[in-house]
Amino acid sequence: MAVRAESETTTRRTGSSALQNGLGYLRRNPPLAFGLGLIVILLLFSVVGRLVVNVEDASPLSAPPFKAPSAEYPFGTDKVGRDLLAVMIVGTPLTLRVGLLAGVLGVAFASVLAFTGAYYGGAIDAVIRLVVDVGLTIPSILILILIAIALRGVNPTEMSLIVAATAWLWPTRTIRSQVLSLKERAYVDVARMSGMRGYEIIVRELMPNLIPFIVANLVNTTASAILATIGMEALGLGPTSHPTLGMTIYWVILHAGVLGGYWWWWLTPVVIIVLIFIALYLTSVGMDELANPRLRRSV
Amino acid sequence: MVSIPASHSSMHFNPRGLQMWATGYLLKRIAFFLLIVWTAATVNFFLPRLSGQDPIRERMIKLVQSGSAWGKGIEDMVELYNEKFGLDKPLWQQYLTYLGDMSRFDLGHSIASYPRTVNQILRDSMLWTISLLTVTTLLSFIFGTLFGAIVAWTRAPLWLRSLAPPIMTMAAIPYYLLGLILLFIFAFELRWFPGHGGYRIGHIPNLSWKFLLEAGEHAILPALSILLSSLGFWAIAMRGMMVTVEGEDYMTLAEAKGIKSGRLFYDYGLRNAILPQITSLALAMGYVFSGALLVEVVFGFPGIGTVLFQAIKGVDYPVIQGIVLAIILTIATTTLILDLTLPILDPRIRRRT
Repeated sequence: MAVRAESETTTRRTGSSALQNGLGYLRRNPPLAFGLGLIVILLLFSVVGRLVVNVEDASPLSAPPFKAPSAEYPFGTDKVGRDLLAVMIVGTPLTLRVGLLAGVLGVAFASVLAFTGAYYGGAIDAVIRLVVDVGLTIPSILILILIAIALRGVNPTEMSLIVAATAWLWPTRTIRSQVLSLKERAYVDVARMSGMRGYEIIVRELMPNLIPFIVANLVNTTASAILATIGMEALGLGPTSHPTLGMTIYWVILHAGVLGGYWWWWLTPVVIIVLIFIALYLTSVGMDELANPRLRRSV
Repeated sequence: MVSIPASHSSMHFNPRGLQMWATGYLLKRIAFFLLIVWTAATVNFFLPRLSGQDPIRERMIKLVQSGSAWGKGIEDMVELYNEKFGLDKPLWQQYLTYLGDMSRFDLGHSIASYPRTVNQILRDSMLWTISLLTVTTLLSFIFGTLFGAIVAWTRAPLWLRSLAPPIMTMAAIPYYLLGLILLFIFAFELRWFPGHGGYRIGHIPNLSWKFLLEAGEHAILPALSILLSSLGFWAIAMRGMMVTVEGEDYMTLAEAKGIKSGRLFYDYGLRNAILPQITSLALAMGYVFSGALLVEVVFGFPGIGTVLFQAIKGVDYPVIQGIVLAIILTIATTTLILDLTLPILDPRIRRRT
C-alpha cells in the first residue's frame, strides 16, 4: 500500500496528466471501472450508431411491421414499423439524459436543503426533516402519476422535471446526516471563531469535503430517477412521440408483444435497461468506496 | 452526559417511566400516521389542479359534449359533482369538502364505468393485490434475510455462497422487466403457466377450492417476478449487518466458549442482525408497491395496478385518485403496525428516548 502511494506521488511530481492518475485509480477500483466502462460502451453504441443508421427510422412507418432480426433490420421492427435498432440508438441516450437531468436537479435541490437545514438547525431543519420523512413513506410514483396526468402530454425534458419533483427526498436525508456529523469537527469551530459567516462555512469548509459523497449520491439518484421514468413510461404517462426505452416497454405491454412471440421487440430494451442499472449500481459501489475511505480496506 | 446512564436505569427499572415513554411513542407514531394520510388527501386534491382547472369536471364535460357511448349517467354525475364542489365556491371550501369526503371514504364514481363507485372497484382489486403482496413480501423477506445471513457466514457451504452474485444482480432488475422475461419463458415458450389475468376468462371469482387453485396458478408468475428480484434486496442488507455482527467481541467470546456453530448462527448472529431488517421492511413498502403495480400490468393480474393502468388510459381521475389514496393508506397502516411492534422485538429502542 505504502509503495503504491509513493509511486503515485512520484508520477504526479514528474508531471504526468490527471487522466493517467484517474486511470490508475480506476485500476484499483474495479466496480467503478466496470460501471463507468459500461456507460461509455452504451454511449459509444449510440454515437457510432448515429453515423451508421438513419435515426429517422425510429419513427413509425419507416419499415415493414413485425420483422424478426435480419441483415437489414438487425434488431427487428415493431408493430407500427419502427426500426428497433434506430429506436435503441436514439432511446438509450434519451433515457440516460432524462435520468441524469432529474438526478442533477434533485441532488442540487437536496444539497441546498440539507446544508442549510443541518447547519442552521432549528425550525427550518425540523420542517425539512418532517417533509422528507412523510415524502419517503409515500411511493413517489404515485405523486409523479398525479403530476403527469395533470400536465397531459409531456416531452423528455418535462419528464425530467416531473421526476425531479420527488428525486430530492432521499439525497436530502443522506446528505443532511453527513453535514450533521461534519459540522461538529474542530476545524468548523475554528472557522466560526475566526469570524466566518454561516454560508461561508458551508461553501468553503463543508461543501468541498462532501463533494465525493454528493457525487456518489448523484449516481444513486440518477438510477432511481431512471427507474421512476421507465415506470411512468410503462404505465403510459411518458412522451408518446419519443422513442425512449420505457416507451418501447409500454408499446410491448399495450400490444401484448410478449405473448405474441415477438421476442426481439422487448428483449433488446430489457437488456439495455438492465445494463444501465447494473452500470449505475457498480458505479455507485465504486463511488461509495471513493467517498467513504473507511470502506477502502474491504474492496 | 452523567444523567444519561441514570435515566437509562430509571427507565429500565421504573415501570411508570416505561409507560410514559410508551404513551409518548404511541402518540408520536399515530400523529405521523395521520400526517401521512392528510398529505395523501391534500396531494390528491391539489396536484391534478396544477394546470389551473378542475380536471375531473373538464373530463366529464368533454364526455357529455362528445355524446359518446359512456352512458347518459354522466350528465347526472356532472350535476352531482357541480352541486357538491361548485366551482363558484372558493378553493379552500372545495378543499374542505374534499377532505370531508375522503375521511368518510366517499371516493365518488368512476367516470369510465359510471354507475360503479370507486369504492366497489377498489374493494375487488385491492384483495388481489394485497394477497399477492403479502405472500411475496413475507417469502422474500424470510428467504432473502436467511440467504444474506448464510452468505455472510464464513462457515457456510461454498455452493450456497456462490449463489450470491446472481441473486444480488437480480436486485438491480426492476420487478416488471423480470416479469417480461418470465412471461416469455414460462407462458409463451414452455406454456407451463397461464400468462394473462387472475383466473380463466368467463369464470366468476368465488371462494371454492377449485377457484382458489386456479387463481394460485395464475398468480405464480407475477409472484415469482416479485420474489426473485426482491430476494437480493434483503440479502444485500442482511449480509452487511451479519458481517458487522460477526466482528463483535461477544461472537469471539461465544466461539471461544465452544458454543455450537448452529446456535452461534441463529441465537448470536441472526437474532442481532435481523432487527434493522424489520425497520427496512417499513421503508421498503413503498418500493414494493410501486414495483408490483407494473408486474400486475405485465401479467394482466386483476389487482390495483391493472386497474390503475386502465384508469390512466381512460383518464378516469376519480379511480386514479382513489388508488393513490388506498395505496398510501395501506402503506401508512403497515408502517404504523411495524413501528408499534418494533419496540416489543428490540429492547434497545425502548431505552432510547
